[in-house]
Amino acid sequence: MSAPPILEMRSITKEFPGVKALSEVSLTVMPAEVHAICGENGAGKSTLMKVLSGVYPHGTYTGEIIFRGEEVQFRDIRASEQAGIAIIHQELALIPELSITENIFLGNEIARGGRIDWAAAKLRAIDLLARVGLAEDPDTQIKHLGVGKQQLVEIAKALAKDVKLLILDEPTAALNEDDSEHLLDLIRGLKGKGITSIIISHKLNEIEEIADEITIIRDGHTIETLDVKAGGVDEDRIIRGMVGRSLESRFPDRTPHIGEVFFEVRDWTIQHPQVPERLVAKGSSFAVRRGEIVGLAGLMGAGRTELAMSVFGRSYGNYVSGTIVKDGREIVLKDVESAINHGLAYVSEDRKQLGLNLLDTIKRSIVAAKLSKIAKRGVIDDSREFGIAEDYRKQLRIKTPSVEAGVSKLSGGNQQKVVLAKWMFTDPDLLILDEPTRGIDVGAKYEIYTIIQSLAAQGKGVILISSELPELLGIADRIYTVFEGQITDDIPASEANPEALMRSMTSAKKKANA
Amino acid sequence: MSTASTPASTPPKKGGLADIRKVFGGGQSSLRQFGILGSLIVIIVIFQIWTDGLTLSPTNLINVVNQYSYILILAIGMVMVIIMGHIDLSVGSVAAFTGIIVAKSMAEWNLPWPLAIVLGLAVGAAIGAWQGFWVAFVGVPAFIVTLAGMLIFRGGNQLIGQSTTTPVPQEFGVIGAGYLPELALPLAFNVLTMLLGVLGAGWIVWNEFRLRRAQKKLGSEMAPVWVSVVKVVVLAGVLLWAAWLFATGRPGTSFPISGIILVVLVIVYSFVTNNTIFGRHIYAVGGNRLAATLSGVKDRRVDFFVMMNMSVLAALAGMIFVARSTASGPQDGNGWELDAIAAVFIGGAAVSGGIGTVIGSIVGGLVMAFLNNGLQLIGAGADVVQIIKGLVLLLAVAVDVWSKRQGGPSIFGIWSNRRKAKLESEAPVEAPAVAPTVASNESSQPSDLPR
Ligand SMILES: Nc1ncnc2c1ncn2[C@@H]1O[C@H](COP(=O)(O)OP(=O)(O)OP(=O)(O)O)[C@@H](O)[C@H]1O
Ligand SMILES: [Mg+2]
Repeated sequence: MSAPPILEMRSITKEFPGVKALSEVSLTVMPAEVHAICGENGAGKSTLMKVLSGVYPHGTYTGEIIFRGEEVQFRDIRASEQAGIAIIHQELALIPELSITENIFLGNEIARGGRIDWAAAKLRAIDLLARVGLAEDPDTQIKHLGVGKQQLVEIAKALAKDVKLLILDEPTAALNEDDSEHLLDLIRGLKGKGITSIIISHKLNEIEEIADEITIIRDGHTIETLDVKAGGVDEDRIIRGMVGRSLESRFPDRTPHIGEVFFEVRDWTIQHPQVPERLVAKGSSFAVRRGEIVGLAGLMGAGRTELAMSVFGRSYGNYVSGTIVKDGREIVLKDVESAINHGLAYVSEDRKQLGLNLLDTIKRSIVAAKLSKIAKRGVIDDSREFGIAEDYRKQLRIKTPSVEAGVSKLSGGNQQKVVLAKWMFTDPDLLILDEPTRGIDVGAKYEIYTIIQSLAAQGKGVILISSELPELLGIADRIYTVFEGQITDDIPASEANPEALMRSMTSAKKKANA
Repeated sequence: MSTASTPASTPPKKGGLADIRKVFGGGQSSLRQFGILGSLIVIIVIFQIWTDGLTLSPTNLINVVNQYSYILILAIGMVMVIIMGHIDLSVGSVAAFTGIIVAKSMAEWNLPWPLAIVLGLAVGAAIGAWQGFWVAFVGVPAFIVTLAGMLIFRGGNQLIGQSTTTPVPQEFGVIGAGYLPELALPLAFNVLTMLLGVLGAGWIVWNEFRLRRAQKKLGSEMAPVWVSVVKVVVLAGVLLWAAWLFATGRPGTSFPISGIILVVLVIVYSFVTNNTIFGRHIYAVGGNRLAATLSGVKDRRVDFFVMMNMSVLAALAGMIFVARSTASGPQDGNGWELDAIAAVFIGGAAVSGGIGTVIGSIVGGLVMAFLNNGLQLIGAGADVVQIIKGLVLLLAVAVDVWSKRQGGPSIFGIWSNRRKAKLESEAPVEAPAVAPTVASNESSQPSDLPR
């Protein structure tokens, strides 16, 4: 190693009330490399990056940070940005109502004498968009872009600030494979231009592909730094570092016991809520058997989430036509309450916006979707609530000092477990899981698969929406493919392979309407 | 800390600090309430000294209750509105409108006073339904709906009353200026008032007992016994002392009826917000409306009932005020909405919704009440009182915002964290001895979360 490291973090210790998130963590990053940070949910990855980027200002942690040869003490994010560090958070921070250009230059306006020079800004924006490979009009409002494209805008925003070190916290968690691939290419390209990146991800295959070095953090301690170029580093090796032992298999074993069809959706057609001409679901029909795990495969924007949400008490779009049959009887689910009462549960893909009230405690979040279960005549039984929350904490291994703690204090993966607990508590017959393992570490994924399988073993039906084909192939019994709001295929998992699925996911109906 | 000498069962390093906070109850919001309660005590003590003991004299206390009970009643409804992320500017006008209708109903239609009260509540409910309809089902922001309501019902009051005052019969006065009656017992104090005090003290003891039993059963964290004892003794003591003051006032006075109404409402609404499904729905919608609707909460229905409830309470407050001032006038309730809103924010509610408690708002309202009252006692003019009230509101919310930005739960929390950090850095023998192993990590996560 000839060049001095661009970044050295030495003995970083960060405490929250009751939680030591980081203890004596060290991290050394070489210039113009891609450095990955791996670790289980709650290991402290995001916290370490927040320390580095000034989200947690100097003085709220101990230890020192040496950046480009000098000790730095950032007061806030602006200070770290000025030094050339840009962070793209786990949750995107763009303003949906503003245009791409406005977002890129927010807080960093190109101004002449106090007046923003929009013409110059737009030219710069076009240039930056070209660099990140995003073919969009810079006047487009952010809210019209998908997550993948928003991610690219975030990077463009970072590039506009002349960034030296780019931090990406789970950038591909919400992206499909194409978008992820594109993003990774972009990071490689930036590396070629001398920009160093730190990337956090639970998608170990990507890490293996892109990282030059990998630092593994476990329970707030640095475990080791692996040199990928030296060879011998594969996913199993990373997992061993992360969880302290090797994982036999990615998916738990299971012998499915599949019963009768008990839930059916027929000819489901839904309009887009704002654009009535657009049909988000077009005559979709599908069925779920007792004890069966049914996968929904499709590209981002294929309409899987919309389909699921519209079935779940019409919580998305405008209903046009279609029927739902459960246990042989037609049911009408006009609102979420009736959907829950009929034994449906929908675990949303977006836990912060749709899954949780971040102001609430873990305990209260878990029971929130079926308060009637712990209440008598409208009055809630506190001690039952606590007991139930404790049970789920143990069963799902939610990492927290107490169920009385706020959910906002949990790491992303543990928040997901709380959402899962919340819907398990409603005791559903049909559980719809929308990207349930997004942003979740390998160990916890295995646990969640186990939970899904045990729910199925109890005779419940499960619909699993996932953008990860290996996951669908690993635990679903049957897979529907969705393309532009239509169900294009229905394949038993035993006969499915990624190529066949991909074909049905990207082309219109090949099977006759059922 | 002087508490170190007490037989604490907790490790000494943690100090008694976390435990002392538990004296004021556990849970999410206890810390902020602790801070507000602290300021209330400081304000009372300052004025008690300044006014040579006038502040805590029976006559003055009774006066404070009579004068501010209706603002506090409004604060109860307002905190629920604010948790929902709304605001209600119309409460003063609604109170005045109800007041004039109730006064007219008795003066001109000879309605018996109990029926008039029922009529008043019905008027409040109808106005509430009207405003709730626009907010919940049409989707007009509550700010606009109630701004309109403020104009409409103020105008309504003046139209019906022709901008003059309408007197009310004397019997009606009981809800605004009545007291607990004297029993024919040869005792030098008001027996009913003391009885209430004793009942309240008994409830405090019993509640603590129950809490500890439940905690033990569930195995959740438990404060040491001395904390419980101190807590019970302090709270029950303050209550009994207050009851004694109320019971030994001028003959013919005791604890005011309007105070009783207030206490009952505080108990009922604390219970509703903390322990019922409806209460949970209020916090759920206020905290994250989308997530709440996806959990089966009918958010519009909650909007509707919370707005409606506010107007019912405003009607009640209006009637109490009319009863106290023995007439309904065109300027009744002017500016009440601002006092009520201020009380709620001083009491720790968040402007963005989702956060706030009934008890906190009551304490916030009492801060305003004693400030107002104390300043009047020392002879400050209305001008000065307003300036100081404004500054206190600004300061209280600024402190809150600032402490939240620091990432800590409150100033108090920050201070205790700093202290802890200092304690640790002063003990260097301990720190480096811990090697970064997995085992050491368990101990680094104390089971006690000091929040
Ligand atoms: N503001 C906070 N207050 C209290 N505890 C916190 C706070 N933020 C994080 N923590 C705790 O610090 C620990 C590390 O959290 P962090 O978010 O860094 O995990 P992570 O490695 O990014 O996990 P994930 O992969 O799930 O995103 C967790 O135990 C979490 O509960
Ligand atoms: Mg994280």
